[in-house]
Amino acid sequence: MNKARTNPFNTVAMHGALILYTLIALFPVFVILINSFKTRKAIFREPLALPDAESFSLIGYQTVMKQGDFFLYFQNSMIVTVASLFFVLLFGAMAAFALAEYRFKGNTLMGLYLALGIMIPIRIGTVAILEMMVASGLVNTLWALILVYTAQGLPLAVFILSEFMRQVSDDLKNAARVDGLSEYAIFFQLVLPLVRPAMATVAVFNMIPIWNDLWFPLILAPAEETKTLTLGSQVFIGQFVTDWNAVLSALSMAILPVLVLYVIFSRQLIRGLTSGAVK
Amino acid sequence: MTALTLTNVNKSFGDVHVLKDINIEVEDGEFVVFVGPSGCGKSTLLRVIAGLEDATSGEVRIGDNLVNATPPSKRGIAMVFQSYALYPHLNVRKNMSLALKQERKSKAVIEQRVAKASKMLDLEAYLDRYPSELSGGQRQRVAIGRAIVREPKLFLFDEPLSNLDAALRMNTRLEIAKLHDALAASMIYVTHDQTEAMTLADKIVVLRDGRVEQIGSPMELYNNPVNQFVAGFLGSPAMNFMPAGFVSEGDPRTLGLRPEDLQLRTDGELTAAVLHVEHLGGDTNVIAQVKGTQITARLFGQHSIDQGQTVNFGYSPERAYYFNADGLRM
Ligand SMILES: Nc1ncnc2c1ncn2[C@@H]1O[C@H](COP(=O)(O)OP(=O)(O)OP(=O)(O)O)[C@@H](O)[C@H]1O
Ligand SMILES: [Mg+2]
Repeated sequence: MNKARTNPFNTVAMHGALILYTLIALFPVFVILINSFKTRKAIFREPLALPDAESFSLIGYQTVMKQGDFFLYFQNSMIVTVASLFFVLLFGAMAAFALAEYRFKGNTLMGLYLALGIMIPIRIGTVAILEMMVASGLVNTLWALILVYTAQGLPLAVFILSEFMRQVSDDLKNAARVDGLSEYAIFFQLVLPLVRPAMATVAVFNMIPIWNDLWFPLILAPAEETKTLTLGSQVFIGQFVTDWNAVLSALSMAILPVLVLYVIFSRQLIRGLTSGAVK
Repeated sequence: MTALTLTNVNKSFGDVHVLKDINIEVEDGEFVVFVGPSGCGKSTLLRVIAGLEDATSGEVRIGDNLVNATPPSKRGIAMVFQSYALYPHLNVRKNMSLALKQERKSKAVIEQRVAKASKMLDLEAYLDRYPSELSGGQRQRVAIGRAIVREPKLFLFDEPLSNLDAALRMNTRLEIAKLHDALAASMIYVTHDQTEAMTLADKIVVLRDGRVEQIGSPMELYNNPVNQFVAGFLGSPAMNFMPAGFVSEGDPRTLGLRPEDLQLRTDGELTAAVLHVEHLGGDTNVIAQVKGTQITARLFGQHSIDQGQTVNFGYSPERAYYFNADGLRM
């Protein structure tokens, strides 16, 4: 940052506020993490204490591992999340490009129709979705989840991305047309790299709800071989007894992949490539 | 041979009729400048020629081919945009060679053409830089280089200099003129800067509200404007207009006098109160008021005239232009 434009008091206040917020946001995660390494008794006796020699225990992790299918759940969650994000970004960006770039009859109407999905939660249609999935034989397949999450993510993706694509200079696209690039090449080689920060934003927004969702896995794919991590972890939560060690361990491990994906996407958020393109 | 022929070209965006019955011919090797006030449809016309917009009606011919249905890349044109429009993720070399790659030219040809263009434009040192690492003038040269490597029959420039500062603008203007001589290609150049128009053009097309007002060489337009609009548009400072009644009682026409045709004369017909004097060294611009109408006189050399003084201007009658009530020259 420019030295001449910063005032030390502002800097301290700003960092103080941000650090405070970070602490508050990370505290629950921290509690989950430390408790996942403690014995059951220690969890209840002193939930906020760090694990020490006496209370340290890996029992939770062992239970989770012994549960056997944990890695399968993990894999299912990963496949569903990554595939859904891929389709949301691909189709969302394509629809956004068409809406932003081409003048055709019903353009505005189409945009509004797509935006409608932002206001109406997809869960309202659960029964209809289930019927459709049964009819098409997709129940208990990962495709059921991928399709639903893609549909769920598209409205916001189209909305955000078309806004960003309108900002890509017309001259740039026209220069590419004069240079002989096809519309697909313009889309993939020129426009997509320029809206990468927006794509990353959309990916981050969509990733967490998909990864954490319990509703649709429970309804559409509750079979053992298609269970997602969130659904799989529910076996440790009973009506009368809950294996807290196992739940906390499972949750701790579930954080990891999201964290990795987040780091990947957030790197893309860094702007800079666009400068120097026009003017 | 003609490089470009426009026949009755019209363009509407919905209800907005932007181009109205445009007829223009551009000869081979000619440098044609489109001028006109902002919003008159210059860019739209250029985009219709390039194929980026479809003409609503009319014919666009490039060379001997009717190109109404030909995509931009197959029209044998190259375009330089006002905002440079360089590909931000490609370096200068790749920016220049992209179009050739699309045409599937061989590596050797691409190499050779990029080398030639970058030599012409002094860009050799920057071939591996990205657009964000270049200055405005360098970016503009890359944009021109990108057009040159395609060796088009027709170059289209849309206000290529408007983002540059005055000194750079003059240099680049000279460079474009040199380029035109070196390449012997036809060029169409859009600007609303009339100095650029006068200095570069073989032929100027003056547009207003989507209509062609007059076509001709710079001096033809300057000396023989068909109407008041063209007369007022070309020349700087602009031509002075006043009721002809000022000098001959009862004349209903409008009198037009170029600032440089006004001379200080004690027996001059126009008695004016000086509002402001601009001393430019070589010239002196006197802004004065004649019966409520503001006029500008451009006097050669240096004169000591003060604000508030009353002076008389005279002119030779053969340098006077007359326009009727519709603005047409008489
Ligand atoms: N896509 C469009 N839809 C509707 N009207 C348009 C569109 N593009 C241009 N116009 C209108 O056409 C007219 C001419 O625009 P154009 O960009 O050709 O002007 P210009 O002569 O290049 O002006 P400038 O010197 O400011 O660049 C303007 O009145 C503009 O509002
Ligand atoms: Mg324009």
